[in-house]
Amino acid sequence: MEILNEIKFTVPSLSVNESTSRAVVSSFLTQTDPTVEELSDIRTAVSEAVTNAIVHGYRHSKGNIEITVRLLPKREIYIKIRDKGCGIPDIKKAMQPLFTTAPEEERSGLGFSVMESFMDKLTVKSTVNQGTTVIMRKRLAVHGNC
Amino acid sequence: MTIDIKSADGHAVAFLNGEIDHHNAQEIRTTLDKYIITVQPSELTMDFGNITFMDSSGIGLIMGRSRLMRECGGSLEVRNPQPYIRRVLKLAGMERLVKIT
Repeated sequence: MEILNEIKFTVPSLSVNESTSRAVVSSFLTQTDPTVEELSDIRTAVSEAVTNAIVHGYRHSKGNIEITVRLLPKREIYIKIRDKGCGIPDIKKAMQPLFTTAPEEERSGLGFSVMESFMDKLTVKSTVNQGTTVIMRKRLAVHGNC
Repeated sequence: MTIDIKSADGHAVAFLNGEIDHHNAQEIRTTLDKYIITVQPSELTMDFGNITFMDSSGIGLIMGRSRLMRECGGSLEVRNPQPYIRRVLKLAGMERLVKIT
C-alpha cells in the first residue's frame, strides 16, 4: 500500500473524545480539499466507529482507541479505528440495521449502516475479548488542481 | 450544545444549537424529557437549523422523544435539518415516524 501521508493518534474511551476524533480527522483531511459532503460523510463514519468502540467495545471497561488515517493514491482515504475491548461475537448480526445491544441508551443500531452508506468500503474484524478493528475507505472526487 | 425552548398555545419549539453525538445526546434527552413530562405540549418541534453535526445518536434521540410525545398524547416534528443530516434521517427511515420539514 503506497501511503502519501498518514496520521496516527490514540484517545482514551471517553465520550468527549468522539468530537475530538472527528476534529482531528477533519483537520488532517483538509489537505485533500474534500467537498463539504465528503467531509461530512467521513466525520459521521468516524464518529460512528469511535462511538461503537466506547459504547460497545469498552462497555464494561476503559481502554484506548487507535485511529489511523492514510492518504492513498487516486485520492483514496483509508481509516482504521481499533479498540482492544470485548469484541463482537457475531459480526454479521451486529451489522444488521437496527440491531443494538444497548437499547436502554437509545442506541439506534444504525452505526454500521451509516458507515457502509457514507463510505465506499467497510471491513470489520473482531475477536471476542481481544477487540475490534474497523477499516473504512472512501475515494474523493477529483476536482480543481488535485 | 444549547437548547432554547419556546412555546405558545401548546406548541413548543426546541431550538438546538451545536452537535448531536453520543456524548451530548444524554444532556439533550434529559432537558427535553423534563420539559415534555412537566409541560405536556400537544406538539413539540425540534429545530435542527443550528445543528452542525449529527450521527446515529441523533436518530435514537428523535425516536425516544417521538415515543414519549406519543405516550403523552402529542406529536413530534423535526424542522430545518441540513442536507447531510436529512441523509442520516432518510437512512433511518425517520420520515415514517415523525414529520420532517
